[in-house]
Amino acid sequence: MEKSVVYKRKTKLDKKMDKLRVLEESGALKNQKKVNRYLRKFKNNKLAVAGVIVFIIILILCFAAPLFTKYDPGAIDVLNRLQEPSKSHILGTDKLGRDVFTRILYGGRVSIVVGLGSALGAAAIGVSLGCYAGYKGGFLDNVIMRISELMMSFPRIILVLLLVTIVGQSLNNLLIIFICTGWASMYRMARAQMLSLREEEYVQALKAFGINDFVIAFKHMLPNALGPIAVNITLSTAMFILQETSLSYLGLGVPLDISTWGNILNAAQDLRILRECYWMWLPVGIIISLFVLSVNFIGDGLRDSTDPTQQG
Amino acid sequence: MKNDVVLSVKNLKTFFYTNQRCNKAVNGVSFDIKRGKTLCIVGESGCGKSVTATSIMRLLPKLSRIEEGEIVYHSSKGDIRLDTLKKNGKEMRQIRGSEIAMIFQDPMTSLNPVYTVGFQVIENLKNHRKMSKKAAKSEAIRLLKDMGIPLPEQRVDEYPHQYSGGMRQRAMIAMAMSCNPKVLIADEPTTALDVTIQAQIFELMDKLKKENDTAVMMITHDMGVVAEMADDVAVMYMGNVVETGSVDQVLRKPSHPYTRALLESIPVLGRGKNQVIEPIRGVTPDPFDRPEGCQFGPRCDYYCDKCKTMPDEITIDGHMVRCWNYKEVLKDA
Amino acid sequence: MLKEKQVLLSLRDVKTHFPIKKGIIKRVVGHVKAVDGVTINIYRGETIGLVGESGCGKTTLGKSILQLVDSSSGEMYYDFDGEMKDLTKLSNAEMNAARKKLQIVFQDPHSSLNPSFTIFGSLQEPLKKFGVKSKAEREKIIGDLLEAVNLRREYMYRYPHEFSGGQRQRIGIARALCVNPELIVCDEAVSALDVSIQAQVLNLMQKIKEERNLTYIFITHDLSVVEYISDRIAVMYLGRIVELAYSEDLYANTKHPYTRALLSAIPVADLDKKSKRIILEGDVPSPVNPPSGCPFHPRCPEAIEKCKMDVPKLVEYTTNGRTHYASCHLLECK
Repeated sequence: MEKSVVYKRKTKLDKKMDKLRVLEESGALKNQKKVNRYLRKFKNNKLAVAGVIVFIIILILCFAAPLFTKYDPGAIDVLNRLQEPSKSHILGTDKLGRDVFTRILYGGRVSIVVGLGSALGAAAIGVSLGCYAGYKGGFLDNVIMRISELMMSFPRIILVLLLVTIVGQSLNNLLIIFICTGWASMYRMARAQMLSLREEEYVQALKAFGINDFVIAFKHMLPNALGPIAVNITLSTAMFILQETSLSYLGLGVPLDISTWGNILNAAQDLRILRECYWMWLPVGIIISLFVLSVNFIGDGLRDSTDPTQQG
Repeated sequence: MKNDVVLSVKNLKTFFYTNQRCNKAVNGVSFDIKRGKTLCIVGESGCGKSVTATSIMRLLPKLSRIEEGEIVYHSSKGDIRLDTLKKNGKEMRQIRGSEIAMIFQDPMTSLNPVYTVGFQVIENLKNHRKMSKKAAKSEAIRLLKDMGIPLPEQRVDEYPHQYSGGMRQRAMIAMAMSCNPKVLIADEPTTALDVTIQAQIFELMDKLKKENDTAVMMITHDMGVVAEMADDVAVMYMGNVVETGSVDQVLRKPSHPYTRALLESIPVLGRGKNQVIEPIRGVTPDPFDRPEGCQFGPRCDYYCDKCKTMPDEITIDGHMVRCWNYKEVLKDA
Repeated sequence: MLKEKQVLLSLRDVKTHFPIKKGIIKRVVGHVKAVDGVTINIYRGETIGLVGESGCGKTTLGKSILQLVDSSSGEMYYDFDGEMKDLTKLSNAEMNAARKKLQIVFQDPHSSLNPSFTIFGSLQEPLKKFGVKSKAEREKIIGDLLEAVNLRREYMYRYPHEFSGGQRQRIGIARALCVNPELIVCDEAVSALDVSIQAQVLNLMQKIKEERNLTYIFITHDLSVVEYISDRIAVMYLGRIVELAYSEDLYANTKHPYTRALLSAIPVADLDKKSKRIILEGDVPSPVNPPSGCPFHPRCPEAIEKCKMDVPKLVEYTTNGRTHYASCHLLECK
């Protein structure tokens, strides 16, 4: 029997595996610090890491704004209105002479708070309901499901517009409206997690001890469902920021005297500004896109790293 | 002798590289699969038996590879080194399914739920043999009938969820046998099935083996299955084969301490309440923290200094054992 | 064996039927008759094995006894310090007290412990509920329990994923023991373990049973294991008990055709004990539409006309001076 020796070209993966094998055989990997597997997978995801960096930069810029700009966001200086970017105003001024760069930084605070606050608020309601209703099932679950389906099937923007005209414009009202329209999808997601966890044997064991339903659902089952919930929160944040932006652009979001990214964009409704004063809408647009993209990348990275079926 | 051996595995080593570690799942495994005979590979979880099967079929996941060793398939066209073929190349894909076939443990997830069973059997047929649609369908019906599925003309157009567990496993066997493979690899085919259904499936496999002269490699953890089905046995522990031989040799005269300890730790039907079962002391070692030399050393009653080096394969009369102290083991039996 | 036979649990015609609902208004179109009339007396201190294939209702029966699943009819009398009370009709307070006496060990070592809690966190919950107020006391009790199952005290601060399957199963046993129960239902407790670990856990369970004077209901599909560990064995088929006998009598003097087929189908790890296999036709039937008459008649190699029409009753016979129940028309004819 002739031995056929086939020369196999070593791929990049092959070389990586060779290195690992040598390390393992020399015993170098034995006493490694137990780096959290999720962190390691996350760090390997280049987009996710880029997302974290951009996110942190924008966060610092906005919340430490006084360090980066000396202007007041509301300071009206009509003499210098609609100025192009220059040394004194790096992104120019708007219709009322306010410094655009400052407005973006301070505006970021509000937009981020609205986004994050709404996501967390919606999660608080949706997860609490989903946790208990998903565990108990039955009539309560059915009722809440129908309500959530109702909320989800309404065209969202129209619902928000309706509520804004009824309740009025203010930052708090916007938060409340967002939370009221946003809890449904969190509810359904938490409920789905609960449904699969309900059949786990440790839950049955707790029932065999006669332990209270609330304790079982919130203390014992919820921690195991947090992975997908955390991912959902990051992705919802991005979505809410975009919603706030759209509403403020239409003039229906936060009142126009408070600067938010959407309110800044609002100026671009004027065709002349759109054509001639690019500094008033282009930078804001870029910042919004960057922020939303970075949050999405972080969410994707979290989801991939906590997914046990992805090898790494 | 040459005519009998259909597949030879020589010193196979398969390593896994997940989680940035190197796991030597299979670390030097050799055996032969003979035509018309059943080789049972028996071992507990983590010993590497399933990895051996997927290595032969070249179905290993991305972060793993065959490091060393040879897998030689003695086909009618000559000897083919399966380990050197491209994983998803034309040659391997042609062999896979038509000359070497595999059936898996869980019949519920091995069949695609969105296609009819007939479609899946016909797909395998069309892939490997040139057949018209009509001929393929009647062949599929004939296969289902041979496997003991009642009303095959109706069943061929039904979906997997309309089949019971035992029937699904039969459908899987039908798919595997559709191209009359020389080697059938069965990875714990009946573990998920009820005992009475298991008996049916084994009877079926026995019949197929005798009619088609197929070489069967059956992976199991159940010594009872070995006693009933095997012609030859290979006992695996922590990535090595520790003992091989005919089923008579290994079950009546176990020469490796692990084989003996395993046989003594299982309750045997019919021996009554007063049989003594002795658990094997200790636990299977962490694959990343292996003992030096013989892997069974820390748990072995016959451990001596010599065991710090991996024992050689000692073969007497076709009965292979990897233990320096096999003579004492035989004496104490 | 058993000195005085004291009945601990008495099941009388227990049925657990799950309704099948279809349509928007969830009309009940049928029932899954998981447990379809089980009557049996379980004596204090014995290990009774409950065997059968999938769909026979043994797991549902185990859960019904523990009231984790509500039974549809029938009574379950349990001996509460001399007084026999029906478990299905207890008040909430009485049920709470009953929970201390009846416990369960599960099959799957991977899902039987909460992955987010340490062992201490998981095991202290029932202790907290049943009044062990101080943390130090709970630590002591849990430490003692872990040592009783041959694990070290320090393990209570570790997470489940750091343990092997066999160790997790032992922790599950420790958890069941933490309220000092009298009756433990072992639902396929060793089925998911490697064969050599099974031996460890089985021997451990025997030891604990003798130390604490427990009663086990051992649910399994593995007849070799159940022969080793049980005093009596009940064979179930489609929700009913078809044969109930002492362990040795079941094997030496099998009465029911299903038990015979089941015993012959099991692969035995002994080359000298190969017997002729009785291969049953067809599949294990579903409990949604059980056959008329004797549930086994479609697959029974010895069925007669009567078997298609009448449900056989569980009749008491004697083997070697011991009781031996079987439900088969063929035996009555003899």
